[in-house]
Amino acid sequence: MDILNAFVAFANFVLVPGLTYGSQLALGALGITLIFGVLRFSNFAHGDTMAFGTAFVILFTWWFQSMGISDGFLPTALLALPFGIAVTIAMVLGTDRVVYRFYRRQRAKPIILVIVSAGVMFVMNGLVRMIIGTSEKNFSDGSRFLLDPKVFRDATGLAEPLAIKTTQAVTVVVAILCVAALFWFLQKTRTGKSMRAYADNEDLALLSGINPDRVVMVTWIIAGTLACIAGTLYGLDKSFRVFVYFGLMLPIFAAAIVGGLGSPLGAIVGGYVIAFSELLVTSAWRKIAGYILPDGWLGDGLYQALSTDYKVAVSFVILIVVLLVRPQGIFGGK
Amino acid sequence: MTRNLSLFAGLALLFILTGMLQSWNLSLNILNLALLSAIMAIGVNIQWGYAGLFSTGIVGSVALGGLAVGLVSAPRVPEGWAAGGPRILGALIFGALAVALAIWIYRRLPKGRVRLLAVSLFLVVAFFIYRAILDPAVVAVEANNPAQAGHIGGLGLNSLLAWPVGALMAAGAAWIIGKIALGLREDYLAIATLGIAEIIVAVMRNEDWLDRGVKNLIDLPRPWPVPYEVNMQTHPDYVDFVTRAGFDAITFSTIFVKLLYAAMFGLVLLALIWLCERALNSPWGRMVRAIRDNEVSAAAMGKDVKWRHLQIFMIGSAVVGLAGAMMTSMEGQITPGSYLPLRFTFLIWVMVIVGGSGNNWGAVLGGMLIGWLYLAVEFLGPQMMEQITRGLPPGDLKSHLLDSAAHMRLLTLGVVLLVVLRFAPKGLIPEK
Repeated sequence: MDILNAFVAFANFVLVPGLTYGSQLALGALGITLIFGVLRFSNFAHGDTMAFGTAFVILFTWWFQSMGISDGFLPTALLALPFGIAVTIAMVLGTDRVVYRFYRRQRAKPIILVIVSAGVMFVMNGLVRMIIGTSEKNFSDGSRFLLDPKVFRDATGLAEPLAIKTTQAVTVVVAILCVAALFWFLQKTRTGKSMRAYADNEDLALLSGINPDRVVMVTWIIAGTLACIAGTLYGLDKSFRVFVYFGLMLPIFAAAIVGGLGSPLGAIVGGYVIAFSELLVTSAWRKIAGYILPDGWLGDGLYQALSTDYKVAVSFVILIVVLLVRPQGIFGGK
Repeated sequence: MTRNLSLFAGLALLFILTGMLQSWNLSLNILNLALLSAIMAIGVNIQWGYAGLFSTGIVGSVALGGLAVGLVSAPRVPEGWAAGGPRILGALIFGALAVALAIWIYRRLPKGRVRLLAVSLFLVVAFFIYRAILDPAVVAVEANNPAQAGHIGGLGLNSLLAWPVGALMAAGAAWIIGKIALGLREDYLAIATLGIAEIIVAVMRNEDWLDRGVKNLIDLPRPWPVPYEVNMQTHPDYVDFVTRAGFDAITFSTIFVKLLYAAMFGLVLLALIWLCERALNSPWGRMVRAIRDNEVSAAAMGKDVKWRHLQIFMIGSAVVGLAGAMMTSMEGQITPGSYLPLRFTFLIWVMVIVGGSGNNWGAVLGGMLIGWLYLAVEFLGPQMMEQITRGLPPGDLKSHLLDSAAHMRLLTLGVVLLVVLRFAPKGLIPEK
């Protein structure tokens, strides 16, 4: 019985949050990795693109709520998501037309594009602040729990209640749908294949008649969509603040690099690797240990390797180790 | 030459106009921060302009400089130190030794799974021993008078001494970072440095025993020649002087203190410019630029590219750390929450690029110009928005527009960066 309780506690504190956070990171990292693969630079503005999309989803959500539209026990933000995605796509395509295209035609060095993307990051960050402000925004509605801890306790009789928030379930389901759609697109459609060809060998792809502008456009559309979805899911699950999204950049980059920059499958695995490592290292194991250890063995420590304030250190250490030991990442990117 | 002079004259005019139209106190405030920004921009210019190293960890060097001021000049806390200071020091030394040993093991063992496993296992065990040494000491130190102290305290020395210490600490951190990250591709270096800076700031925010964390370390003494306004105002000689000259006693004392800071910062800045100009036009400077322009051919000529990169990375970080220490000693407090990457990493980058990367005078001009812009937008933005929205009826839209003006500076700076990169990628004063 105690083992079961320990497992439920583990699921509560590590498994469920890890799956959720990992899905959010994976979606973000997919955007980074696609842009890296096709456009060949690290997009520093990705975190703020996520914030930008989320800001518009929040605005649409508020508008729907004021009109009394909702979708039952699911958060209204899901209804607002397509509109937010449309705005984000318009934004990234506009940015590409006004900013990035010039450097692409010039064949500028990747590092120049990184600096340019930092400029875009400033602009987007400023826009988000002007549009929605810097205070914390909570826009999650619908029912709070998919699996209510009380129901679970009554049903199983365990001391430790398992809770699954609706937003957590929504995150995982949406992430799976997105990833499935993306892989189908990349593997099966003509445009997807031309994208992979372009990422693999630009000159060869151009020779075989692939239209580079189209490939770039599709890449931005996908990256913008993924960024908006990832940002919204993160905001629903936690809450929305501009600064936090800037801080997400490091774990997302770490996820993309751990998996191998340019490899979509790697980005997904990397997302979960980073999320679970963060949680394993920074959660307090006291409760779980309390169920397993014999009576009286438990001291008064929290059984926490690192305080949650050092989450960033975890993704960083993993990033460094991968860069030193296997710079091409798990799935051999570029 | 005349173009550059007129650019600097225009810059001077901005500060004079701010002084005449707003207030001299404000203008000098902005001037002091702009001088510090110019020094930071010189540091970044050394890394990027001379050697092409893209580091996004500038804020980490600034924060370390600030920390140096806390450690060197903050008043002593004997009870706090006695409660666990030596033990904390011991834990840190143990940690450093453990890492060194891990590196030694890593180098000794043959490549493969066994090595990875052995080193990881060793590090995990060492980490728990380190925590076991550190934690009780930290608890003891933080329990000592948590409302006012709760930290190990400083050495109580003059704040001026902290400036070189700040530079050394930043250089030391840069050595570690450089050893890890400098061999990597450019954008990996950018991400790695971003992460290290975040960690440095996180440590300063959370380790209360070190600098009281988010409780802020306040009332740091001023550097040596700078007096306190209150003491000045009560000094008989000063009162005598002010009444004879016909100045307002309070305003003049605040302006005098700021002028003194401006003179000190200006001296440091001039010394740095002189050193940098000498370095850039020496054989060393030519070699560094040769490495930047073509690493392979420079290496073929027998230049040690890796070591030169590390050297420049350390020098640049030291200059930024110096500026960080100067800033904290002027402000008289450490507020870890204020070390934001947007303010101290990306803003400095905008300064260097707008000014002209690779040119010391360009970095100075960019630093002071963007420094002025960044701080001036704070009062100009709302005033402008006031004018723009004058015709609007009072309501939600008007108040939202007025609120949003405060956030305009990030947008402005982003646009400035993008426009400069596109239309004048060499900056206002291009490299010769």
